[in-house]
Amino acid sequence: MAILCDEKTKLLIQGLGKMGRFHAGLSRAYHTQVVGGVAPGKGGSEIDGMPVFDTMREAVQTTGANASVVFVPPPGAADAILEAADAGVDLVVCITEGIPVLDMLRAKRALRGGRTRLLGPNCPGVVTPGKCRIGIMPAQITRPGPVGVISRSGTLTYEAVDQLSRLGIGQSTCVGIGGDPIIGTNFVDALALFEADPQTRAVVLIGEIGGSAEETAAEFVKAHMKKPVVAFIAGQNAPSGKRMGHAGAIIAGGKGRASDKIAALEAAGVRVAMSPAEIGETLAKRCPELRK
Amino acid sequence: MNVHEYQAKELLRGFGVPVPPGRLATTPAEAESAARQLDSKVVVVKAQVHAGGRGKAGGIKLAKSPADAKRIASEILGMTLRTHQTGAEGKLVRKVWIEAGCEIERELYLAVVLDRAAEDFAIIASTEGGMEIEEVASRAPEKILTVHVDPATGLQSFHVRRIAFGLGLPAESVAKLEVFLGGLYRLFVAKDASLAEINPLVVTQGGDLLALDCKLNFDDNALFRHADVRELRDADEEDAREREASELDLAYVGLDGDVGCLVNGAGLAMATLDMLRAAGGAPANFLDVGGGTNQERVAAAFRLILEDPQVKAILVNIFGGIVRCDLVAEGVVAAAKELGVRVPLVVRLQGTNAAEGRKILESSGLDITPAETFREAGERAVAAARGAKA
Repeated sequence: MAILCDEKTKLLIQGLGKMGRFHAGLSRAYHTQVVGGVAPGKGGSEIDGMPVFDTMREAVQTTGANASVVFVPPPGAADAILEAADAGVDLVVCITEGIPVLDMLRAKRALRGGRTRLLGPNCPGVVTPGKCRIGIMPAQITRPGPVGVISRSGTLTYEAVDQLSRLGIGQSTCVGIGGDPIIGTNFVDALALFEADPQTRAVVLIGEIGGSAEETAAEFVKAHMKKPVVAFIAGQNAPSGKRMGHAGAIIAGGKGRASDKIAALEAAGVRVAMSPAEIGETLAKRCPELRK
Repeated sequence: MNVHEYQAKELLRGFGVPVPPGRLATTPAEAESAARQLDSKVVVVKAQVHAGGRGKAGGIKLAKSPADAKRIASEILGMTLRTHQTGAEGKLVRKVWIEAGCEIERELYLAVVLDRAAEDFAIIASTEGGMEIEEVASRAPEKILTVHVDPATGLQSFHVRRIAFGLGLPAESVAKLEVFLGGLYRLFVAKDASLAEINPLVVTQGGDLLALDCKLNFDDNALFRHADVRELRDADEEDAREREASELDLAYVGLDGDVGCLVNGAGLAMATLDMLRAAGGAPANFLDVGGGTNQERVAAAFRLILEDPQVKAILVNIFGGIVRCDLVAEGVVAAAKELGVRVPLVVRLQGTNAAEGRKILESSGLDITPAETFREAGERAVAAARGAKA
């Protein structure tokens, strides 16, 4: 078991530019079932050995795909997400950074109540070690095991996963939820999935300044989680009012500070690493039985 | 992206939101003729800078005649305005907005924002106009009325009624607020704003609603579809280095420490600042070269960091996921040689091909201090900035 994706996932690539093709190749090399791509106007052809379709409808009907990953540039990315939902996939992962937030507001509203789960946008994707890779994560640093990883960041996730793997602690699934203000799957959604997943025995949550998703996650942990959670919050030294790389990473009107998030998590029984160098160690100390 | 008050008011007018008549002036003589043309008993001379708190800092003054407007404009133009939002360095005033005065009955607050947590639009209203809303929120939160608007259906008449009656406006003002708020909401959506704040919204003695001051922010990610908004950018109001970085497509934020940072990925870059602080040092900047970087971007980032005279050491912290560390190492070496890096360089490469990358650094002949772990990187960079050999 794991969450979001596994060896049965059949993946479509939306947007077959340089980046989409490159990462489709890496996913295939990781034994992910990449069943095709969508590039309007190129339907009927083949790219890198993958069948290409004009529309998501046609691609899903022909291949039986149940997931897609969006590499479409910002102006058309929300449209691509909605097309994936319309075609009925269970999971759409959006890698694209720089989508107008109002586009995402409307897209998120349109997905409400439907069957399709969105991961991202502005996220590195999801890896279930040894089974499936969707997006742009370096899957070679992961190893199968009992720890679920959820993060708003890309490279900081790799850092945390690498620290865990070096300590001999493997991962059930590594999930990048994205650095934008409006995202499809939030901390609470991913925590709930990990709590219900038999393979996962503990969770590492990597948050950052901006918004209140970590505070909401803390409430959820307190009320609903039996599995231990450890965390790190990036941006403890970020100035107020400045956007720190991610569109969602901004302390605005005194809200979204790291200190408030850390306090909320600690009050919920989450052990918080104070230094980014100690994410793996913090988990290892909290759950020594998970070390191999 | 931020715009000036006068630009925001021009946009508001275009969406039917009532604003007082006014004119822009860049010289005292222009201010005088603007005041004359406005044909108002009193005019207000308002400094145009991208910062709040202008009134308290002496950037907004009443003038009783065109000659008075000229005199006041000559004081305000060219002054360095220091408000709680500008920092100690302040902002140079290059333009003033000359506006007709009005008879004020009440001052209210009204804003449209995007609510991240609720994932909808929020209309925020308060009877405490003229005060900063954060202050009201902390001192008298019961005086703030928040009405959520579903993005699927948009602003409805009942939203307007809730706000009008919530603010204690008379029933005959509901129609006026519908025009006012309807325009503000349409502007927000049509132009991809991230904040549209009217503070104060004035109820005049005649019962009219007027936007006396306003602040508009726009979503940078949506500027590609708003050429008219892009044209309102005032480069003079932006931090020169941050502007240069954004032109190079690098995320950069200047800080006040002495360790320059070059990191791939926003989360790792924020964590690097935290690591430096934990090691007892102070970062000079936040800089994200992008998750998948290359030699050109590394060189551009180096140039930017070296322009900061405060920088006494540079920490390069790269987690090579997809990007290979050996390629990054080549980029670092090439850039350091080309630019003649004058400060100690601490480089940490981790991830794909990290060992090969470290070999390239060692054999480069450059004075580069390698670091393997995150902690080591922070400690060595802090030591290097202090002039100690790590």
